Parts: sequence; C-alpha cells; structure tokens
Amino acid sequence: MNARIVAVFGNLVIAETDGRVVQNSLAYCVRSDGVRLMSEVIRVRGQLADLQVFEETRGLRVGDPVELRDEMLSVVLGPGLLGKIYDGLQNPLPELAEQVGFFLQPGVYIHGLSLDQSWDFTPVAEPGDVVLAGDPLGAVPEGEFTHQIMVPLAWRGEYTVEKVTAAGRYTVEQEIAVLAGADGQKRAVTMQQDWPVKRALNVSRRRLLPTEPLVSRVRIVDSMFPVVRGGTYCIPGPFGAGKTVLQQITARHAEIDIVVIAACGERAGEIVETLRDFPELTDPRTGRSLMERTIIIANTSAMPVAAREASVYTATTLGEYYRQMGLNVLLLADSTSRWAQAMRELSGRLEEIPGEEAFPAYLESRIAAFYERAGAIELRDGRVGSLTIGGTVSPAGGNFEEPVTQGTLKVVGAFHGLSRARSDARRYPAIDPLDSWSKYSGIIAPETVTRMRRLLRHGSDVRQMMTVVGEEGTSIDDFTVALKADFFDNCYLQQNAFDEVDAATPADRQRFVFSKVAEVVETEFRFTDKAEARRRMFEVTDLFRNWNYAATDSDEYRQWLDRIDQFISQAQQPAGA
Amino acid sequence: MRKYFDEIRQIAGNVVTVNATGVGYDELAVIQSKYGESLAQVIRLSGQQVSVQVFAGSQGVSNTDRVRFLQRPMQVPFSEDLLGRVLDGSGRPRDGRSEVTGKMIEIGTPPANPVRRRMPDQMVHTGIPMIDVFNSLVESQKLPIFSVAGEPYNEVLARIGLQADAEVIILGGMGLRHDDYLNFRQAFEGGGVLGRAIMFIHTAADPVVECLMIPDLCLAVGEQFALQGKRVLVLLTDMTAFADALKEISIIMEQIPSNRGYPGDLYTQMARRYEKAIDFDGAGSMTILACVTMPGDDVTHPVPDNTGYITEGQFYLRGGRIEPFGSLSRLKQQVNGKTRDDHRAIMDACIQLYALCRESREKRDMGFEMSDWDRKLLRYGVLFEQRIMDLSVNIHLFDALDRCWEILGECFEPAETGIRRSIIEKHWPKQDGKPQPHAEPEPAQAEA
Repeated sequence: MNARIVAVFGNLVIAETDGRVVQNSLAYCVRSDGVRLMSEVIRVRGQLADLQVFEETRGLRVGDPVELRDEMLSVVLGPGLLGKIYDGLQNPLPELAEQVGFFLQPGVYIHGLSLDQSWDFTPVAEPGDVVLAGDPLGAVPEGEFTHQIMVPLAWRGEYTVEKVTAAGRYTVEQEIAVLAGADGQKRAVTMQQDWPVKRALNVSRRRLLPTEPLVSRVRIVDSMFPVVRGGTYCIPGPFGAGKTVLQQITARHAEIDIVVIAACGERAGEIVETLRDFPELTDPRTGRSLMERTIIIANTSAMPVAAREASVYTATTLGEYYRQMGLNVLLLADSTSRWAQAMRELSGRLEEIPGEEAFPAYLESRIAAFYERAGAIELRDGRVGSLTIGGTVSPAGGNFEEPVTQGTLKVVGAFHGLSRARSDARRYPAIDPLDSWSKYSGIIAPETVTRMRRLLRHGSDVRQMMTVVGEEGTSIDDFTVALKADFFDNCYLQQNAFDEVDAATPADRQRFVFSKVAEVVETEFRFTDKAEARRRMFEVTDLFRNWNYAATDSDEYRQWLDRIDQFISQAQQPAGA
Repeated sequence: MRKYFDEIRQIAGNVVTVNATGVGYDELAVIQSKYGESLAQVIRLSGQQVSVQVFAGSQGVSNTDRVRFLQRPMQVPFSEDLLGRVLDGSGRPRDGRSEVTGKMIEIGTPPANPVRRRMPDQMVHTGIPMIDVFNSLVESQKLPIFSVAGEPYNEVLARIGLQADAEVIILGGMGLRHDDYLNFRQAFEGGGVLGRAIMFIHTAADPVVECLMIPDLCLAVGEQFALQGKRVLVLLTDMTAFADALKEISIIMEQIPSNRGYPGDLYTQMARRYEKAIDFDGAGSMTILACVTMPGDDVTHPVPDNTGYITEGQFYLRGGRIEPFGSLSRLKQQVNGKTRDDHRAIMDACIQLYALCRESREKRDMGFEMSDWDRKLLRYGVLFEQRIMDLSVNIHLFDALDRCWEILGECFEPAETGIRRSIIEKHWPKQDGKPQPHAEPEPAQAEA
C-alpha cells in the first residue's frame, strides 16, 4: 500500500502518499473489512491525491490504505462484447446478479469478457509480415460480424510477425500470435486488449468528411433533419417529451451495424424494457436477434455517480473499437445532462470555481471532446468505419438556454429539439420542425426540404395570426397554406411508434411518400370556401394516414395510393374541366 | 470499548465538528449534551476532524460535550412488529409504545441490479377515474403528485393508500403539519388498514436532519418486505420538504449551490430514493407515490423539474382535480391493453374531446360565434368534469368506463367521437334498442 486516506467527503477521497501518483490513474481504497473500492485520481496537489470513488464511500476511514496504480481506467476489448449488458465500469450486470444477488455490492468487479468461452479463430497474417497497430492478425465470427483480432491498438511502431497460432478454438486469454518489435523484443498477442476510456481510440489513415446518410427510419429525422454516418446530433427536450422513446426507436430501426446504448443516469425501468424486448425482436436486415448487434451500458440514476461519469467514455470506447473493424456504429447516450451533472457534483466537491449554474468551467470542452470522438475514418487498408454519436439532453425546466444544451449545440451537426407543445398535442415524434436544424444532407434534395420548411413557417405564422383575427379574418389563400402545413405535419412528420408499419419507414418509401406529399402541397387548389378547403384537406390527410399504415406493396398500399393519385389529378384539373 | 471524544471544534447549523480518530464515513454517532442524547451521522472526514449532522439539531450542544461513535451506519429494526407502528426520523417510536425489536437493517443501501428487475404489468386500482382510466398506476411505478400548497394532496394520497390493494403501506411524512399527521392516522384507522401500515413521521416541528432520514427509513423497510414477496406501497409527502432539508445541510457544509440554492447532487439524491421502486424478478414489489408541492405553481422549479426527470410520469393536482393535461403515467401502456377492450379507445377519445371543449371555451370567452358542434363540446365538458374528473367520484374502473360511454352517448353521435367502429358497436349505450347508425358533422380528429 503506497498511500493513506486523509479525508472523505461524499465520493471524494483525499489520499496522502510519498510515492508516485499519475493523474487519471486507478486507485483502490481498501475498507477495514478488506473490500477494495475502485477510484480514479482526479487531482494531484503536492503529496495529496484527490480520488473520485466509483462506489459508495460508506465505512471508509482516515488512515485506511490506498493502493495507487499506474494504469488508467480502462476497458477490455475483444470478441464477446456484443449482446452484453455492462455497468459504467464494464462489469457485466447479469454475471454480477448471479454472483451477488438482487443488489449491487461495492467492490465486486468482474472481467468484461468471458474467460471460458472459446472462439473460432482463423489466422490472416503470416509469419514475416510487417504490421502496425490495428492491422488484422486473424478473425473470429461474432454473431453476424467478423470480429477482427488486431495488433493491439496501443502499440507503437512496426512489428514483425514471428508466429501466428493455427486455426482453432481459443479463449480470449490464449496466445494467438507473437510479434517482434524493432528492438527485437518479442511480445505475445491475445484476443483481448485494454484501452484507457478517456483517450480517443482512432488508429486510421485519415478522418473522412461524413456524408453517407444514416437512415433511422424516423421520417422527420431522415427527411428534414438528417444525420450521417460518423456525424453527431443531440436531442434536447423537457421531461415527458419522448427523448427516450425516440432513442429506443432509433436503436431498434436504424440502418447501422452496431448500436451501443449508454443509459447514463436515467431510469432503470427503461433499460429493463430494452433488456427484455431486444432479445425477442429480430433485426429485419439480418433476421437475427437485435440484441446481437447491441451493447448496453447501464449506469442508472441510482448507481454511483462517478461511475456515471465514466460510463459515457466506456460506451464510446467500445463503439470506437468496432469502428476499427470497418463497421458502422451508432452510440446513443441518454442522457448527457446526467453525465454533465456528475461532473458538476465532483467539481463542487473539489471546490473548483463554478461556472454557469455551478457547472465546471471545463464543461464545454468536455462535451466537445466527447462528440469529437465520433467520425468516419479510413483504415490503413482502405476500409471505412464510422461512429455516430446521438446524445439526449435534459435541460432544467425544458429551457434550452442552459449550459449543457448550449455547449452541445456548438459542437453537434444536427439538433432535434423536442417541444412540450408538440408532445402535449400528442404530435410524435415531438421534434420541433421550426426550431430544429441539421448541417448534413440526407435522402431528400436540400432545396425541397427548404421549400417544405418555408411552408411550415408560413403555416405557423398564419395560425398565429388566426388566433387574433379568427378564421373569418383570414384570407382563403392564407387559410389553405395553414391547412397544407398541417397536412404535411400530420401525414409526414408525425409517426405512430406503436404501429408496426408506421413506426419505421425505409429510405425508398420515405422518398416516394415525400414526393407524393410534395405534389399535394404544390397543387394550386381552387377552393370555393374555407369549409370546402378544410373538408378536402382532411380527406387527403386521411388517405395519406391510411397509406402510411399499409405495409409496403401490399394490396392495401396500392389501393390507398390509387386513391391519392386520383385525388391529386382531380385537384390539378382546371376548374370546370 | 466505547471511546468518547470531547474536542468539539465547531458548531454551525446542525453540523458539529469534533476531533476524533478511527471513524468511518457515514457512520452513526451519539452526542450527549445537557439536554439529552441525540443521534448524529458522519458527513465529512478531514484529517482528525469529523463533521456530523446532529439529528436533534445542535441547539444546546456545547464545545465541552461528548461524542461517541457507534461503528455502524444508520439502521432500523425490521420485523412484522413494525406493522401498525409510528416512528420518527431517528427510528424511535412516536406512538408512546415500546421500542420495536427485530433484525437491524442498514438504510441507504446499494441499488438493485437492473437485470433483476422485471417489467411491471400489474395495475393498481385506486377508484379515482382520472387515474384508473386515463393514467393508470402500475405496480412498482414511481409517481409524484405535483400540486400547490392549498390542494388536498394529502387526502388524495391517503385515499390511494386506503384503496390500493397493497399488502404493506408505508407512509413517510416529511415536514408534515401535526394536523396532517393526525388526519393520516385517522384515515388509516377508519379505513381499517392501520394493521398493515407503518408510519415514519417527521413533523415541521421536528429537527430538520430527521427529515432527511425519512425516505431512506421507509424504503429500507419497504425493500425488506418486498424481498419477502410482499406488494408494498410507499407514500412520501412532501418531497419538497426533503429537498429543502438537503439544501439546508449542503449550504452549511459550504457546498456550491447549483440552482436556487439547491445542491448540485439534488437529482442524484432524489433518484437514489425514487429508484428503489422496483418489481423484483422472483420477489415482491415496491410502488412509490410521492407528493411534490411546487413553490409558486412553477413546474420548472428545481424540485418538481428534477422529479419529473426521475419518475415515471406525474399527476397534476389543480383546482381540486387531477388535470387531464400534463398528467402522465409512463407505464400505463403496460396495463391498459388488457383491462377491457374499450379502455384505450375511451382514454384517447375522452381526452381529445375534452381538449376540443377547452378550445371551444376559449372561443366562447373571446366572443367568437358558437356552432352546434361547439355547444355539444361545451355540454360534454361540464358532464365530464362533474361525473369523471371530480375527486369525490370513487368507482371501479369498469364503472368509470361505462360512465364515460354514458356521457358520450348523451352528448354526441357515435361517429363524432372518433372511436373505431367495432368498439362503438359493442359499447355505445343503447337508448332505443340499437346504436344510432351514423351522422356526419365535423368529426373529432381521430387517432392522433
């Protein structure tokens, strides 16, 4: 033991040492009953090391020993991550439940990968090959993917392959290759490797400009406020506006290889829903269980707060690791506000000078650094992988003028702002079409999107005016614009998450429906009066809604489409014809 | 080997700092002063200095008094004997009866492993149509009632306590008026549930530190009953008082406040408690219903705001009624699909029509002309408020659904309700033998 506790305050412990201390390294506080509590060095002052403890500090005493380590907080990477449910420190929760029962016990840690499971290894590299970090040495099948066993990503410089183990079944601890460094030193490689979570993992030739749309099958997102593979976006919204439901829908339907869900400081019940549902659901693209492409990091609100801070990084690192294999990964972080609050709690304990709303001054740079870990990269062999990050934000009082939302808006590529008014009116997804924006281009031509946005804006202006002058004071042209905006909102932007068909619209269908909606919107109707206008627009709204509910290319689908085409051609005929 | 420490260095607020060694964080202490003994809890260790928050308050504590550390965290005795008892925030009886004996259990224990939770699927019947029909309460849900000071939130809470079919009812009173405490007691006695109720009561006259202990005591005891397979209902009132107590202590500890003086960890502190609500996979369940008074009827105040982010929905109690707008039970979808086939249809239709009624009222108040449709809606609004929304209505879910049909039948043609035809045919009240076939005025916007 190379240090002793001198102070305890909440989850902050101050230890005194006469030895070496590494900033952000791990430490273990040893309780008098022998339990070792994992901690991280977060500040060094003279011989004092401030530690944030990832567990409840109950029972720690002044004078208790502290074990300072050299390594930083890391996760283990290797085959077997997919389908796992971890806490913020990569302890597998089901295994913890088996070992300690209903409750989480402080000081119980389990290795993130199964050490018993063996994997079907096929070598790729040959003796004599010269390799760099990240180059594949072999591969194992993991679910639907080929999991590459790479030269450990943290290794620097060139290595020569001395030996590769023959094809066969091995566990993650067994040696699968021996590499020799430039200095002639031989190092063994296993299927697992560690990576410090707070360092971005990116071993690539270069970073690419992300352009390929990430289809989430949520119409308002894909068509109006698109996200691209390797991009970033945020979903701020007041409570009850449907942030989590939107994330769940995305996790389910997004056209992407792997989804990492980071449930950070949110309700345990929501995670249970995912845990119970996902194994039952099949991924329509592969026919396999959705769980096989999902990793869940669950650090719910009741779990220790320092681990909550770490959980976001843990999730990001796992996502980056699969990106190194040329896969497309989506990280959904719910909610980044809880993560920011964890930083605030700690900063308060450290008695740092507070910034706005008592958040630490480094809040914005931390948020920026987190989102910057997203990106599309070109690997050394030309393959492309991407990590997309979508974070929810839970602003206090639903007011976006607060540090976390503002700090996030500066660095993301798309903003899906949820509005209380829309969720109250049961217009789901409650993404506000007037306030939201995206810097990416998606599956619909940007000029069409702009035209639709103008329509929505105009419609909203007319609606506002109508609350003052009444329907009778509004011209029929303005009134029609308002109805058209409502029509677009009702049958395109809104989507019923509980309907099997309507819940997810593939890109092709979106383009087609969008073009039909645009046809209606661009038709010059000649309504005789407002009653007729309303009746006709209700009629076409109803047609589109039913069309949305019909399975693609079913008879029903074609029938509704026929009726819509009839409606349009009728409306486009000149008066009296 | 009991050691006493008598070097008290500082007394500020309810926090006393004493020089001591060998003390564990979160440990319990007893402080002896001229005015008697009080429990205290360690909240900070710094070298030799140990800060404890004194449950009975620091009034009358002198710098020559003695502190003894108990080498254990706060505990509460757990046994069947707790049923029917009233305790205070230190776990002592406040009903004049003897100390409760039983296995001592720690409070504020680690959270449950999420993988040991099951999906909640049992509805809790309360007899209040605005809850049962429109926002069903589900076993293991955590749900607050948002209201302002003058509303009858404690009455509603007591009523749910009486009518909900729970095996153990635990009431946690924080900053209660003594009258409210007596009212709860009377209600429980009158309802015949006192024998399966436990009350942890902190009144406004009691020391503020004890207020902080109330939720943990309730939840620790409730959790044990749930582990034994019981269905437990915990009623907490008022969580705003709890948050204010947190604020008081954190300011004394010189923590930097984040929002309106509340500590930065307000969310975490409340979440740790609310998250104890659980349906154990292989044991019982614990449901938490809490009152949160909103200072100034402001839902963006830190306490209701943070609560809303933690809990699974919220009820707004306003004007003596549970508001249909804004109130939300996030778990209702888990249960309302299998009560009766018309439950969801009624739930949607009645609220949509009531929303339209509100628009018509606005129109009327602005002096715009009323159409026939408006008049129908206005009539509907009045009936709906009288027969369904009124808090004195106390009927079973099925009766409430029937009553909704009755109201719809009195005010509208079937097609105007926007309810699916198959359900109308089955449930529409039959005045002259058969449902009225059709009519075509402006329909309510169907299927939002």
